[in-house]
Amino acid sequence: MNEESQRLPVVTDQDVVRVRQLVRTVAVAVKLSLVDQTKLVTAASELARNTLVYGGGGEVEVTRVHNERRGGIRIVFADQGPGIVDLQLALTDGYTTGGGLGLGLSGARRLVDEFEIDTEVGKGTTITVVKWCR
Amino acid sequence: MPLSPDEAGRFADLLSGHAEPMVARWTELVAANLRGRLSSAELGRQTADLQRAFQQAFAAGATDLGDEAAAELRAQLTELSNHRARQGFTATETAVSVYALKDAALEALGDAANLKDYVAFSGFVDRAALFTFDSYVRVRESLIADQAEQLLELSTPVVKLWEGVVAVPLVGTLDSARAQVVMERLLQTLVDTGSPYAIIDITGVPAVDTQVAQHILKTVVAARLMGADCIISGIRPQIAQTIVALGIEFGDIATKASLADALRHVLHKTGQRSPGAKRTER
Ligand SMILES: Nc1ncnc2c1ncn2[C@@H]1O[C@H](COP(=O)(O)OP(=O)(O)OP(=O)(O)O)[C@@H](O)[C@H]1O
Ligand SMILES: [Mg+2]
Repeated sequence: MNEESQRLPVVTDQDVVRVRQLVRTVAVAVKLSLVDQTKLVTAASELARNTLVYGGGGEVEVTRVHNERRGGIRIVFADQGPGIVDLQLALTDGYTTGGGLGLGLSGARRLVDEFEIDTEVGKGTTITVVKWCR
Repeated sequence: MPLSPDEAGRFADLLSGHAEPMVARWTELVAANLRGRLSSAELGRQTADLQRAFQQAFAAGATDLGDEAAAELRAQLTELSNHRARQGFTATETAVSVYALKDAALEALGDAANLKDYVAFSGFVDRAALFTFDSYVRVRESLIADQAEQLLELSTPVVKLWEGVVAVPLVGTLDSARAQVVMERLLQTLVDTGSPYAIIDITGVPAVDTQVAQHILKTVVAARLMGADCIISGIRPQIAQTIVALGIEFGDIATKASLADALRHVLHKTGQRSPGAKRTER
């Protein structure tokens, strides 16, 4: 069951800041703990920046979700970029093609409760993450 | 559409022949538009200068605003937009300062004006006004960029905390532009003060992601190359847990929970007394 999806474009650095702010606001609204808020905001920052830098820009959708037991947040990062050729490699700590630390993707996975990548070479990448309230 | 050399010559004569009433009327029109925000003496000087610049451009054979003969006129128009932009006038108010010349000319010439000439003259003035408008916009843009830069600098102070210890308290989002400013200022302050220690305090940073971490790591490495040791302070519990989960390693860089802890750490290393400890000797 979903409610109130909010979408933001990710085309500039400033958009990444906006994504962070939106995720923070929703995280506070669903009453994530301070640690979980920070983890989710940080994961969102990583994935949104990848969408911008490697995906050539895209869109982020933030949705409050709940199952029978608890509430949470789902965030979808979508781009129509080149896709990820070797997913396992991309998810390896320290692997980077852009001179980064190579920790964004793998680290983001550790910062959330659910993490799913749908990527196709030449078509784009969609990453869905969920963080549940404890 | 450029003027003919003939027309340019006639306009030069017209402008010099009717200089006084034209400048007076022009000043009046602009003054009404700016509603007293510039003294009439100053306005009068500006319009007289402009009128002379138009007249000289035509006299020198300018048929197009881009001509060499119109260089001085262009400089005057740029100067005008500079002034107006800095004094906070709008783009319209600035452009009208030039457009008003058309009305002033028409009134001063009266029946002597020939329609074809007037249309040609009017076209030239239009281009001059557009030129002014463009350079007004450029000045405003650079003013805004300057202000953004100043804000950037204001929000990244580097302070000398103690003899031999400088500190940068980072507040807010550390984007690449700011990270660059922070690094440069910190390194410059290290040089200026000859301090062997720098504390980077991240209490005010809401989230430390890989980009922020990379900026901090680069700054630390650069400071080390200059012979200074960096300590990272203000790592709150939620940030510490996030950094660990992300997998960021600060290696052998000293990290402390608070700025005070970091300062105590430095003073301990250098054998100085910590702030707040009682001084018993000089
Ligand atoms: N949306 C995407 N589209 C295409 N390739 C991607 C995308 N996201 C990540 N990648 C690839 O996966 C690699 C690893 O990403 P990751 O975020 O872990 O590291 P990074 O962005 O290079 O550095 P860091 O995030 O640590 O600053 C990237 O270098 C890039 O090659
Ligand atoms: Mg990344």
